[in-house]
Amino acid sequence: MGIIKTQDLSYVYGEGTPFRKVALDKVNIDIEEGELVGIIGRTGSGKSTLIQHFNGLLKATSGKVFIDGEELFSDKSRLRQIRFKVGLVFQYPEYQLFEDTVYKDIAYGPINMGLSREEVDERVKRTMSLVGLKPELMQKSPFELSGGQKRRVAIAGVMAMEPKVLILDEPTAGLDPHGRDRILNLIKEYHRQKGSTVMLVSHSMEDIAKTVNKILVMNDSRLFMYDTPERVFAKVKELDNMGLTVPQITRVFDRLRDSGIAFSDEVYSVDYAKKLVLRLLQEKRVRS
Amino acid sequence: MIKDITIGQYFPGSSLVHRLDPRMKLGLTVMYIVMLFIAKGFLGLGVGIVFLTAAFLSSGIQLSLMTKSVKPIVPVILFTGVLNLFFVSTGEVLVSWGFIRITEDGLRTMIFMAVRIIFLICGTSLLTYTTSPIALTDAIERVLSPLRIIRFPAHEIAMIMTIALRFIPILIEETDKITSAQKARGADLESGSVLQRAKALVPILIPLFVSAFRRAEDLALAMECRCYHGGDGRTRMKQLKVGFIDWLALAVTSLFLAGVILLNIFLPL
Repeated sequence: MGIIKTQDLSYVYGEGTPFRKVALDKVNIDIEEGELVGIIGRTGSGKSTLIQHFNGLLKATSGKVFIDGEELFSDKSRLRQIRFKVGLVFQYPEYQLFEDTVYKDIAYGPINMGLSREEVDERVKRTMSLVGLKPELMQKSPFELSGGQKRRVAIAGVMAMEPKVLILDEPTAGLDPHGRDRILNLIKEYHRQKGSTVMLVSHSMEDIAKTVNKILVMNDSRLFMYDTPERVFAKVKELDNMGLTVPQITRVFDRLRDSGIAFSDEVYSVDYAKKLVLRLLQEKRVRS
Repeated sequence: MIKDITIGQYFPGSSLVHRLDPRMKLGLTVMYIVMLFIAKGFLGLGVGIVFLTAAFLSSGIQLSLMTKSVKPIVPVILFTGVLNLFFVSTGEVLVSWGFIRITEDGLRTMIFMAVRIIFLICGTSLLTYTTSPIALTDAIERVLSPLRIIRFPAHEIAMIMTIALRFIPILIEETDKITSAQKARGADLESGSVLQRAKALVPILIPLFVSAFRRAEDLALAMECRCYHGGDGRTRMKQLKVGFIDWLALAVTSLFLAGVILLNIFLPL
């Protein structure tokens, strides 16, 4: 069994009112430890609802969720411990900052975990350098920082808890391209250093393609597929029907294939595309 | 969670009650409240209850929503109930135990008051359930507008109310979101002493206030960009019009009110 597993997980909003809506419909997934997973889907497809089940913020209407082999809600007093295991960074996390200094805000989670003062201190400093916040910002108020910096402080606040699973909901929303790359790189770096499971919800296929090694596609409250990027992006037509776009480079290569140039694999990153094209050109030169 | 709060919530529909002119509905609600408060006995109260039941049945609102709206005031009902039970000392003594004496009048008053409060809440909830906040504040503005002669800011007050009502669900959602985010960081809101719990609210209240101020600034700016400058010379997209069903509803309500008054005079039970 993987680190996160769900069994026929369903969730209904507003049961018994005129606003009743099925947000998740019998979702079955099994995510292995150490995976870097991207979750994609249109607005309202159930992505955010799904991830809030992974640390017990929402309770399934029916079905089960297992974290690290332990069933959620089987023992309510364990819920807080599970939240330390599964760290969740919400959309626009900078709106949750509240302390008067950056240091205190990042330390909030680790202190709640009951760690010693030295341990907290070390984690805060380590995480700040990981997310690229200079030490002199430590005593500043988080409300004085720039948007991108605030975002990184908020993410650091969860990373400092060093959860076994880190889940980020749209961590790049509303940032400029530079800020976006920065956040994505630090997520990759975190995954590389810690080797823990990381999940990333995003609208942007380019972001996902650049970052993850597994993709989970949600469509209309259901799980459409959970597989490697190659296999997911191979389904250009289905994704199109769902209103999702494959990365531009995949689209370009799809057209090239339609016009008769054969490539062996699905292409979803520009680097890989470059390699393929160079190889193809070389083969041609050899032949001629 | 907090999303279950029903204050100011509106459930769209097309029933007779939904279609009434909001001004008329406001007036009728006031008449209903008067009915409840002038009733001297259970019979008079019964007339009010029949009136509300009829309105409720024709509105198509679910019964569970009504009970939900009463739930938050249960402590108030219990508190006043206990006070009435122990401190009304007239009438026949039913139970006497030490210095505690429960009399027939006390019991009567307790039940009477409890029923009155419950149906008061139900009646006003029916108004907000079937009238959109916009329509309601529109009605309030119209009702208050004659007071403009004495420089009473009717439009401004109505606008403030509209905005406040409009932002209740947003702020509730925001509170929910921030609470979730802090819980995910290990905030413990459910255990500990009163002081600890109050302290645990700080990480929720500060971001909430920050965001409320940010939203207020954004809204003010957006309103100014659209040349909002108060109520002078402002026209409405939806003109309110009192029609046949409104007059009919007024007639029916007046009959009920008259009934209560007659009962008070001839049968004050």
